[in-house]
Amino acid sequence: MSVQTQPALPLLAGYALRLGDDALVLGQRLGEWVAHAPQIEEDVALANIGLDLLGQARTLLTYAGEVEGAGRTEDDLAFLRDERDFVGCQLVEQPNGDFAVTMARQLHFSTYQLALYARLQHGADPTLAAVAGKAVKEVAYHRDHATQWVLRLGDGTEESHRRMQAGLDRVEPYLEELFTGDDLVSSLAADGVAVDPEALRPECDAYVDAVLTEATLQRPVPTWHARGGRSGRHSESFGHLLAEMQHLHRSHPGASW
Amino acid sequence: MTSSREWPLWEVFVRARRGLSHQHVGSLHAPDAPMALRNARDVYTRRSEGVSIWVVPASAVVASSPDEKDAFFDPAADKAYRHPTFYDIPAEVQHL
Repeated sequence: MSVQTQPALPLLAGYALRLGDDALVLGQRLGEWVAHAPQIEEDVALANIGLDLLGQARTLLTYAGEVEGAGRTEDDLAFLRDERDFVGCQLVEQPNGDFAVTMARQLHFSTYQLALYARLQHGADPTLAAVAGKAVKEVAYHRDHATQWVLRLGDGTEESHRRMQAGLDRVEPYLEELFTGDDLVSSLAADGVAVDPEALRPECDAYVDAVLTEATLQRPVPTWHARGGRSGRHSESFGHLLAEMQHLHRSHPGASW
Repeated sequence: MTSSREWPLWEVFVRARRGLSHQHVGSLHAPDAPMALRNARDVYTRRSEGVSIWVVPASAVVASSPDEKDAFFDPAADKAYRHPTFYDIPAEVQHL
């Protein structure tokens, strides 16, 4: 693995890149469900959600490239960066697992993203505010979709309950990172451009805990916390995800429809 | 996971815009009514086809029988006078 020294990005470009990478990587993961979901209807639902996220990612990466001012396009950022240059959280790159794992990841991430976008749409940066304002309705549906499934699987059969609980246990260690700030985000939050993720935690916990209670599920207590995604350190499966996502573009540079 | 064969079938009706009636657009499987609505939203309105959705359990639809087809529908075939085609329409009348 080649570890390149990342050029110093303007803070705003770095922030847009984080938001874009979260959306891009989760969209890629959800796309993996197509033709593998339990139902053809669910294939379509997960693909729709993935495409919503891809749309957000395209705008955010394009904007990151513009702010950076080095001429990088959305495609350059999505397909030509190496693993250590991605700054998405580790939650979104986690493998799909079974449907319950995906729904657990989806419940937590869409709850976080909805709270984030709901604030960001009133933020000081007009482009980020516009992206968030459009996406907030999409993400409200994503959260509803995940909520419906967590309720049904948790309060369903013995096996569905067991699998749903296992899914929640699987993703819990990756939540701390969502709500942890750093210098970049603090600096931008002070100007009203970024949203302090710490501030989202009470609202997100309250929503998820209410869903889990109704679904007769337990909120796990994690024994460890993932960290490092925002500074380019990723979990084992992320390289495989990138290989699949990037190989076409890298094999056929400049290919287009 | 419950297989699709065990999930009930739902008929989906979509209203394309205000002022039109709901039209039958197809059917899908879903475990219950709220999920049927959501599946219908994803399958049938993802290209802005609608502003309102109805889902109805397929089992609730009472259908005419193919065996009764002759008695039900054939008698209407030769009643041309039931069609409003015997009026002279003034040229100025539009949208008729």
